[in-house]
Amino acid sequence: MIWNWQLDGWIVAAGILCAVASALLGNFLVLRRLSMLGDAISHAILPGLAVAFLISNSRSSLPMFVGAVIVGVLTALFTEWIRGVGKVDEGASMGVVFTSLFALGLIMIVQAADRVDLDAGCVLYGAIELTPLDTIKLLGFDIPRAVVVLGSVTVLNLMFVVLFFKELKLTSFDPSLATSMGVSSTWMHYALMVLVAVTAVASFESVGNILVVAMFIVPPATAYLLTDRLGIMILISTGVAALSAVSGHVAAVVVPTWFGYQSTTTAGMMAVMVGALFGVAMLFAPRQGVVIKWLRNRALSLRILCDDIVATLYRRSEHVAADQVRMDDVSMNVEELTETLYASSRQLRSALARLRRRGELEQVDGQYELTDRGIEHGRELVRSHRLWEQYLVSEASLHPTKIHDKAEKLEHFTDRSLRDQLSDATDSPVLDPHGQSIPPERRGDV
Amino acid sequence: MDFKANSTSDSMTNGSAVGPDDTAIALSVDDLTVAYHRKPVIWDVAIDLPAGSLIGIVGPNGAGKSTLLKAIMNLVPRASGRVAVFGKPYRASRHRVGYVPQRESVDWDFPVDALDVVTMGLYSKIGWCLPVRKKHREAGMEALRRVGIADLANRQISQLSGGQQQRTFLARALVQDADLYLMDEPFAAVDASTEKAIVELLRELKSRGKTVVVIHHDLQTVPEYFDYAVLLNMRVVAHGPIESVFTSENLQKTYGGRLTLLDEVSEAMRRRERSL
Repeated sequence: MIWNWQLDGWIVAAGILCAVASALLGNFLVLRRLSMLGDAISHAILPGLAVAFLISNSRSSLPMFVGAVIVGVLTALFTEWIRGVGKVDEGASMGVVFTSLFALGLIMIVQAADRVDLDAGCVLYGAIELTPLDTIKLLGFDIPRAVVVLGSVTVLNLMFVVLFFKELKLTSFDPSLATSMGVSSTWMHYALMVLVAVTAVASFESVGNILVVAMFIVPPATAYLLTDRLGIMILISTGVAALSAVSGHVAAVVVPTWFGYQSTTTAGMMAVMVGALFGVAMLFAPRQGVVIKWLRNRALSLRILCDDIVATLYRRSEHVAADQVRMDDVSMNVEELTETLYASSRQLRSALARLRRRGELEQVDGQYELTDRGIEHGRELVRSHRLWEQYLVSEASLHPTKIHDKAEKLEHFTDRSLRDQLSDATDSPVLDPHGQSIPPERRGDV
Repeated sequence: MDFKANSTSDSMTNGSAVGPDDTAIALSVDDLTVAYHRKPVIWDVAIDLPAGSLIGIVGPNGAGKSTLLKAIMNLVPRASGRVAVFGKPYRASRHRVGYVPQRESVDWDFPVDALDVVTMGLYSKIGWCLPVRKKHREAGMEALRRVGIADLANRQISQLSGGQQQRTFLARALVQDADLYLMDEPFAAVDASTEKAIVELLRELKSRGKTVVVIHHDLQTVPEYFDYAVLLNMRVVAHGPIESVFTSENLQKTYGGRLTLLDEVSEAMRRRERSL
């Protein structure tokens, strides 16, 4: 299939408008933990649409919007009511309301199929590919009806989010403060629900009322991973939404032909693409991303291994000073270190290289030995370790046999000021609970 | 949704209520009953709280302390009762009320920073649909300075410690520039330095003629922090100046078990309802 700007341009435009309109509201659904309610409303509007079809005997927009908004608000009301009376949680009461309404709508549509030009499959999955065929005249141009409707809804939602940005933020974050200040969080909630219903109706011809849920929830959820500022989150979510519409259509029309298949459904591909974008964000998010966490963990374990090498060599030099070991044993080779520290030889090699770069370690004939700077670092670590042991025994009343592993962990996260506090809290001890001397903060101090 | 942009004009017309007169009443509650699912949570509460004082509300868990504050602000439906704030219904005086909810009542992962949270206290002054401006952010910064965390203004709120989060909430109440503050457990799970900072702030508010109502859990510090107390356990056991009501006898009555007869009758009511 060949890309045709006249046709594909309009399809992409409808997709972008639908995705952006949904994502704008979706931010507040996600933040209010109402993602399920967006799902519920977009399903439950079905009987509203069906009744509107049956009464008006046409697919004209106005009756549909009215019918859908009424049922959408009823869904939100019923959900609250069943939760209050039935004493079930919100998820269960939504499950009751929207499945029964959805099923009712489905039955009505199937029954009415003879009288009204309406196809259940079209309602569920949309027919965005048909967008360019149904046009209306606007300012002398032939513009697809879906684009006009979705464009209007996008403008409406944009105005709502921009004008009531403050109020939406407040009622979403702290509804009781908002209400105490006269900004009714209940009214804000229902305004949001009305617009969700309107958006779901406007979208159902394009992407269908199931896939619109993806557009409500996934772009904001993606944006939430990438930022911690509300305004930026909304911007990113609209960007993700638009990107998924464009890439979804390209992926549906162009990509399958590379492999000798026919083009596939654009709406479905949009939902797949937005899911993929979420996956990418989850992997590469700057703070909570899987990749950055893995890198951070690796950096941390390397740092800890470096610390352990330095501390081991420092302790060795203490033994030498105490005449427990022969003089030339102050240094260790790779085999000895591997045995003492249970590290893989690859990790150990990179840790040793790092310590040599930092000038804490020098190597003579395969034997590693601390430099003056290394000795300094080792003293800090061993001092931290033994101060913690002393603290854990004297302040936390732990048995001396249980303290070593804890101190071994804590020593890596203890800086100068924390050591001073530990020393103060334990009356500046000279010996740790095992009777080993606690080295002073600076060489020569007592 | 009437936003009152100007609180001073109102307090002038209402000046007699908060004037130098020591007996002026900031908050008057009469015959207030709140029930969830027909089970009473607070029962027939009647209190008059004097303006310009620090008032501690104490009582065991489930005594209805938070519910009382919420019922005053119409956040939960009242079964009966009247509330007057500076002599007017709550709706007419709400611009003179600052509320500090429980810290756990909000989602601290919400994508806003500390300054955003503080400026929320100004939203009703700013008015519907109008943006937060530079002068509002400056007022927010000033409030953060007063609670000692101005350097954390641009931190996302989940990155704050518990004490810093509580200070953020207090700064938000400060920018509301209210005459009556209702605080739900501001001392819960805060560090010692935050506790001290909050106490100083409460005293400063009192010295400026504000009335502060605080739900408090630590009985030992009640006489030190407050000059007026409400002892609550579904009903008001006692209320008045600390020295006259904070007695071991009253505390025994407040904490010595629930009001068993009331429990029994409400249990009977629910049984009757089910059998019908």
